[in-house]
Amino acid sequence: MFDLSGKAALVTGASGGIGAAIARALHGAGAKVGLSGRKVEALESLAAELGGERVAVLPGELGDAAEVEALAEKAESALGQVDILVNNAGLTRDMLFMRLSDEMWDEVIAVNLTGAFRLTRAVSRGMMRRRYGRIISVTSVVGTMGNAGQANYAASKAGLVGMTKSLAQEIATRNVTVNCVAPGFIATAMTDVLNDKIKEATLAKIPANRFGKPEDVAAAVAFLASGEAGYITGQTLHVNGGMAMI
Amino acid sequence: MSDIAERVKKIVVEHLGVDEDKVVETASFIDDLGADSLDQVELVMAFEEEFGVEIPDSAAEKIQTVKDAISFIQENVA
Repeated sequence: MFDLSGKAALVTGASGGIGAAIARALHGAGAKVGLSGRKVEALESLAAELGGERVAVLPGELGDAAEVEALAEKAESALGQVDILVNNAGLTRDMLFMRLSDEMWDEVIAVNLTGAFRLTRAVSRGMMRRRYGRIISVTSVVGTMGNAGQANYAASKAGLVGMTKSLAQEIATRNVTVNCVAPGFIATAMTDVLNDKIKEATLAKIPANRFGKPEDVAAAVAFLASGEAGYITGQTLHVNGGMAMI
Repeated sequence: MSDIAERVKKIVVEHLGVDEDKVVETASFIDDLGADSLDQVELVMAFEEEFGVEIPDSAAEKIQTVKDAISFIQENVA
């Protein structure tokens, strides 16, 4: 599809369903890929699946400031440089608002938003110096629409959108683009825990009449990571089968 | 000490892509050398890297000219 030969990408949350699909897509397009995540075994098996060539396993905990700094350094030494950053890591701690604890709020914001902020700050420096970069954050349709039981998660994803638009304005002159990809309902381990009733109700709202696949999201990320997408910045590309048209 | 001045000027020339003879000590990054606010931040980061010195935001704001940068580094590099 798009040629990413000679480019190096760092993907966070690569042990998850969407993250792994993104890593496969970027690798398939010729990029060198750094796989970050918490589940080392899953990362290693993905690296093996990709053939062990042009791939590096870089475990890290995004909720920890020092680990994020270290991850940026490890990525730059393992990959040579980072041309493409995909902030994909994210977790949910769902609860109705009135029962949402400080801990559940803080944990989601720390990983989904603050972790992405710190990693982007660390990695964007080299991109600016080299006058080339692609920063893509995986958000969610709920960041735009809201979702009962997900105030923390929705806030973290909406936060990424605001961060993206601001940074996009600051570094556009350096040929670094900053965008979001907002998946709708994608069939992964994260959504598998929802009960059938919720799944059915959701499906009824999706004009495409199917749940998304991780590959649907990965294709959008690969596009925004390409050289061809160089004039697109500060945007959110929604990948949701028509469930929300924004 | 002139070594610091030379290194500062070299960074400015490389980063802003301006002629070496324009990078005189009284030159203002923004008014004379065509830098924007992002260039200023990048220059400060480049100085920090080159000289292994931390330039706090309060000091960075005051670095408006080539001479300001040289003076700060001379005073703060051991």
